[in-house]
Amino acid sequence: MYEKDGEKYFVVDGHVHYWDASPDNWIEGQEHYAKGWIECFYGYHQLGPEEYYWPMEKYQKYSEETMMKDLFEDGYVDKAIFLPTYLKSWYREGFNTTEQDAVLAEKYPDKFILNSRFDPRDGEAGLEELERKHERYGFKGVKLYTAEWHNGSKGWSLKDPEAQPYLEKCEELGITNIHVHKGPTIWPLNKDAFDPKDIDDAATYFPNLNFIVEHVGLPRIEDFCFMATQEPNVYAGLSVVLGALMHSRPRFFARVMGELLFWVGEDKMIWASDYAIWHPRWQVEMFVDWDYPEGDEYDDFPRLSTAGKKKILGLNAARLYDIEVPSELRLPEADTDAQTVEPTVS
Amino acid sequence: MTSRAEILGALSDVRDPELDEPITDLDFISELKVEDGAATVRLRLPTFFCAPNFAYLMVADAREALLSVAGIERANVVLDGHYASGEINGGVNEDLGFDNAFPDETESPSLEELRTIFRRKSFVARQEQLCRELLAEDYVPEDLAGMMIGDVPASSLLEKYLERRRGLGLDTSDDAPLLVDPDGKRVPEAAVVQHLRHARTVRVSIEGNAELCKGLLATRYNLTDREVRTA
Repeated sequence: MYEKDGEKYFVVDGHVHYWDASPDNWIEGQEHYAKGWIECFYGYHQLGPEEYYWPMEKYQKYSEETMMKDLFEDGYVDKAIFLPTYLKSWYREGFNTTEQDAVLAEKYPDKFILNSRFDPRDGEAGLEELERKHERYGFKGVKLYTAEWHNGSKGWSLKDPEAQPYLEKCEELGITNIHVHKGPTIWPLNKDAFDPKDIDDAATYFPNLNFIVEHVGLPRIEDFCFMATQEPNVYAGLSVVLGALMHSRPRFFARVMGELLFWVGEDKMIWASDYAIWHPRWQVEMFVDWDYPEGDEYDDFPRLSTAGKKKILGLNAARLYDIEVPSELRLPEADTDAQTVEPTVS
Repeated sequence: MTSRAEILGALSDVRDPELDEPITDLDFISELKVEDGAATVRLRLPTFFCAPNFAYLMVADAREALLSVAGIERANVVLDGHYASGEINGGVNEDLGFDNAFPDETESPSLEELRTIFRRKSFVARQEQLCRELLAEDYVPEDLAGMMIGDVPASSLLEKYLERRRGLGLDTSDDAPLLVDPDGKRVPEAAVVQHLRHARTVRVSIEGNAELCKGLLATRYNLTDREVRTA
């Protein structure tokens, strides 16, 4: 919970990791990639405020104590949502798997929400695995990497026929939150796998599932915006947007936020720190203080009120994950019923 | 004797297709050597995992730009610090083409199709920048709908717009309409506001991405970040 100027904010961090990228976990012959990956993350890390930089050694592998303190003591986070990133072809035990996350999630059940993954290219076996994992962990969300390489395939699409039984299975099991990484083109050669357009079809065919587009389709924010504005069950996952731009590129951050508020709206935007890429503390503090910079170029963007910030920082995610919000941290009825503001043009 | 200025001039025509800015402005060139008609350029990118297709395009375009300079007979472009440096450097400097440099790893559409997608985005964004400037100078959207290219006061924004427009093979003569879509179809008066609203989002997306990449390059190579922090 964060309090400022008499306003209290319930904070749900929509995207955190508990990773191990230490050299002990690098697969022999793949060190180049394993090292390159974490160095790439470290570059993003340094777009935050300097006082939050970690040395590389700590960044490669951090302790449970560090994570608990950063999120829940210093970072104002009430609940944190784990999203796994497997990368088992470079890291022996994986970079950040459901099983690794479960160690903390089971130890601190009131703090964490555990999520899992699937990959439709795993076929029937993958479907059974998803069901088994769900029975074991009971999660409500999955993280999908459509651009991940797998057995000679260079990515997949939510439109693929193979993906349909998985989405049906999610619906059946009550896995209602489908987080899809559509973000900076980091690894794959496939040119289309990060394109957010496949979400459009899936969101239409599966109106009971929520699709959270992680990193808002960067660098294809416009494709994401034009699609999300038409689909009531598509959400903007703000990790990277705040972390990479709010401190280091404030004017561009304001423009990107303005676009998102215009097309997607404050009821469908979900903040996330992407810990340990960035610390949640400065993001929460800076975002609560945030407003557009001076200048008429920002005039026609929708304004963001305190109520809007409360939604983005926690109440929207709480709704998706059925998180009980203490009554003094909720919005008055009228605000919670507010509909997403319809864009004047579409 | 070929001057460095001439060579840098040629390299300034090479753009990052995704960010729509010259590689010279983006600080992607870390070294330039010229000796006896041979030019060597080293390129660097914001991350180890920057999209290899775009990296390939920049390396290939840089090599072509070098060879276009009078007096340069041999050109070697080396991409540093990229997970696919080996394939890309080999592919470009031996003229293999992208698909042959990564024989088992690429899928259609071709690199040229991809380049076209980004050329169209860049055209839309440059058009919006120009129109934004015109609207700030007291033109109204209805004026823009009726304007021909020849009616637009000369400016560097107009130049950039026309350059992108030419790149798509569209008419850039004085009596061609100012506002057309990437297929060259005139935007009707009633649709101008909506057209420009979409175009602005395209521009913000490209600019936001460019800023992210500049920030990453600066942290990676300890460069002085040129953007003045306002907060």
